[in-house]
Amino acid sequence: MAKAAGRSFNADIAAGTLALCGIAGFVLAAIFPLLRIGSSGLTEVIFSARTLYILQFTLWQAFLSTALSILCAIPVASALARRPQFPGRIWIVRLMAAPMGLPALVGAFGILAVWGRQGILNDGLNALGFERPISIYGLSGILVAHVFFNWPLAARLILAGLERLPPQYWRLSVSLGMGSWQIFRFVEWPAILRLLPGIAGLIFMLCATSFTLVLLLGGGPASTTLEVAIYQALKFDFDPPLAVALSLLQVGLMGLLLAALSLMPSAQEDRALTQMGYRRYDGAGLSMRLLDGVFILALVVFCASPLVAVAAKGVSASIVDLTARPLFWRAAGTSALIAGSAALISVFLAYCLSVARFTLGENKAGYARLLSALMSGAGSLILVVPPVVLATGWFLVLRGRGESLPIILVTIINALMALPFAIRVLEPAIVSHRLRVERLAQSLGILGLARLRIVDWPVLRKPLAMGWAFAAALSLGDLGAVALFGGNQIVTLPWLMYSSLGSYRSDDAAAIAFLLAIICLTLAIAGAPRGTQEKAI
Amino acid sequence: MTADIDLDNVRLKLGNAEFHFHRHIDAGSFVAVTGPSGSGKTTLFNLIAGFVAPDTGAVRIGQAIMNDTPPAARPVSLIFQDHNLFAHLNVFKNVALGIHPALRLKGEDRARIDVALEEVGLAGFGERMPGSLSGGERQRVAFARALVRKRPVLLLDEPFASLDPHLRVEMGALLTKLHRREGATILIITHEPAEAERLANYTIRIENGRIAG
Repeated sequence: MAKAAGRSFNADIAAGTLALCGIAGFVLAAIFPLLRIGSSGLTEVIFSARTLYILQFTLWQAFLSTALSILCAIPVASALARRPQFPGRIWIVRLMAAPMGLPALVGAFGILAVWGRQGILNDGLNALGFERPISIYGLSGILVAHVFFNWPLAARLILAGLERLPPQYWRLSVSLGMGSWQIFRFVEWPAILRLLPGIAGLIFMLCATSFTLVLLLGGGPASTTLEVAIYQALKFDFDPPLAVALSLLQVGLMGLLLAALSLMPSAQEDRALTQMGYRRYDGAGLSMRLLDGVFILALVVFCASPLVAVAAKGVSASIVDLTARPLFWRAAGTSALIAGSAALISVFLAYCLSVARFTLGENKAGYARLLSALMSGAGSLILVVPPVVLATGWFLVLRGRGESLPIILVTIINALMALPFAIRVLEPAIVSHRLRVERLAQSLGILGLARLRIVDWPVLRKPLAMGWAFAAALSLGDLGAVALFGGNQIVTLPWLMYSSLGSYRSDDAAAIAFLLAIICLTLAIAGAPRGTQEKAI
Repeated sequence: MTADIDLDNVRLKLGNAEFHFHRHIDAGSFVAVTGPSGSGKTTLFNLIAGFVAPDTGAVRIGQAIMNDTPPAARPVSLIFQDHNLFAHLNVFKNVALGIHPALRLKGEDRARIDVALEEVGLAGFGERMPGSLSGGERQRVAFARALVRKRPVLLLDEPFASLDPHLRVEMGALLTKLHRREGATILIITHEPAEAERLANYTIRIENGRIAG
C-alpha cells in the first residue's frame, strides 16, 4: 500500500510545496525592501505621536464597530431563532448574507446615498424642517459602514449557533414553565456567550484591516486607519519611511491579533441553519411579537436601504452615457482580465495546498507536520501582510519601472486575498472526495492525468467553479490592491468608480456601482459555501 | 399526587396524517405505549403535553379540560430519549429548573433537590456537568427533576432507548420504585415488549394514528 501510494504522494506534495514557495517568495520580496528602507530611524517614526494616534484610532474604531455590531445582532438573532415561521424569514436570512458578497466600495456608495449629505436621510430631515444636514464623514461614517457589513454577519453566526441547539431544549424549557426571557437567560445566552469570542475576533480583524470604507467615509486625517495612512503616505505625501513604518506596525498588529484569534473557538456557520423543522413554543404574547418584529425590521431596513439605493441610483443613471466612453470598456476589460486570472490562480493555489495537506496528513513525521502547518499558514498569509502592505513593498521595488508589471502584481495580490476563501470552499470537498476514492483509485491503478480526468475532475469541478466564482467576486470589487497603482497604469472598474466619485461624475459612479453589485452578488451566490443555502431553499 | 387522563374523541390532522384518539387512562396507572414508528405515539404525547392542540374533541387531565392550556401550565412532566438536560448547566441547576423556571429557590428547595438526587442514586453529583455523566446518569437527573416537579402525569418518550440492556433493567426498576411511592400516572413509549411487560400495568398499541388495543 505504501509503495503503491508512492507516486501520487510525491506529486501532490511537490505541487503544494511549489505553491508554498511561490506565495512565500512573493510576500518576502515585498517585505524585504520595507525592512531595508525602514532600518534607519524606524523606531522614531513608529513611536511618533502621529503614528501612535493612527494606531490608537485603528483599534478604537474597530472596537466600537465590533461592539455595536454584536450588541445589535443579539436581539435580532434571538428574535429570528424564536420565530422559525416568521413571514419571509428565508429572504431575511438571505438579505443578511448580501453584504458579504457586496464590494466595500459599492457598500460605501449605498451608505452615502442613504446617510450622506445629499442622502435619503438628510432629504427627509430637510422636509421635516431641519436646516442643517447631518454629516457622517469621520468616525460615525466608519461605524455606520462597519455595522452595515458586520451586523448581519454577526446575526447570521449567532442565529446559526442558536439553531444548532437540540430542538428538545425548546419543548423542555416551555414545559418547565420558562418564558422567552428565561429561555434567553438560561438557554440562549450561554450558547451565544460561547460563540462571542470567535465572532468578536473575526469582526475586529475585518474592521481593523478595513481599507475602502475608511478611505471613503473617514473623510480626513483625523479618522484614518493604518491601512489608509499607508496608502496616503505613498500616494500623496510620497513619504516611504512613514509608509514602511506604518506597514511594519500593521504586520505586527495583525500577527498579534491573529495569534489571539487562534486561541479562540472559530466562528463558523458550518452545517447550520439546517433545522428548518424545529418549533418554538414561547414568545406568543403580543408585546414579545412586537418587540421581535421591531428588531428584525430594524435590521432589514438598515441592510436593505443602501442596497435599494444602489439599485435605484443605478437604474436612473444613464448606462448609455457610460458605455459610450472608451475608458469604461478599457476598465471593464482590465477588471475582467484581473478578476478572472486572479480567481484562477487562487483556485489553483488552493487546490495544490489542500491536496498536499491531505496527503501530508497521513504522515506523522515531524517534517511533514511542519510542512503542513507552513502550507496552512501560507493560505492565510494575506491576513498578516495585507494587500496595501504587499502593494507598498512592490511599489517601492518597481518605482515606476515595468510597464505591464503592475497588472500582474495586482492580479497576484487579488489572488492571495481570495485564497483563504477559496481554501474554505475547496478543502472540505477535496478531503471528503479523497477519503472516498483514494483506496479505490490506487487499487485500480488509476494514476496521473487519467485520474484527474476520470476520478477527480467530475467530482471536484463544482467546488472548483464555486471557489473560482467567489474569488472572482472578491477581486472584481477590490479597490485596495489597485489603489496604489491605479491611475495611468491600471484602470479597473472599482478604480474608475472611485475616481468618478472624486470628480463629481456621480452618474457614472452610480452606473458602475449597480453593475458591480449585480455581477459580484451573482458570483458570490454561485460561490457561497453550501449547506446553508441548499437547506434554506 | 395523581390524575386521570381522558382523551375524548380527540381528532387531529397534521399534513397527510390523521389521528383519532379515544381512551380513558385511570389515575395512578402505569401504561406502556407501543406501535410502529410513525404511528402516532409521539403525537399522542404532544397532545397530552400541549405541544399540539386537537382539531376537535377534548383532552382532560384530572377532569379539567386542557385544550387551551399551554404546556407549562399542564400537570405534566416530560422525559425524552436524550437532551433532557441543558448541557451548559450543572446537575443541581438542571434539577432546580423543575422547581422554578428562573432558578429562584427558597431555602428548603435546596434540601429537596439534594433528597431527589439521593433518591435516584446521584447524591453529591450536584456540581457535575451533564457532559461528564454517563447516559444512564443523565436520565437519572431527569428523573430527579420530575420528582421535584411533583406533576401528577409523567410522560416518557423512549427514555431508555440509548442505554444498554443491563442498564435498562436497572433504570426500569428505579422508575417502578418511584411510581410506587409517588403514584403519578405514567405513560412510557417503548419498543421492547419485555420492558412493557415488566414495568407497565397494561399496554396500549397505536397503529395508523389510532389506539388499536
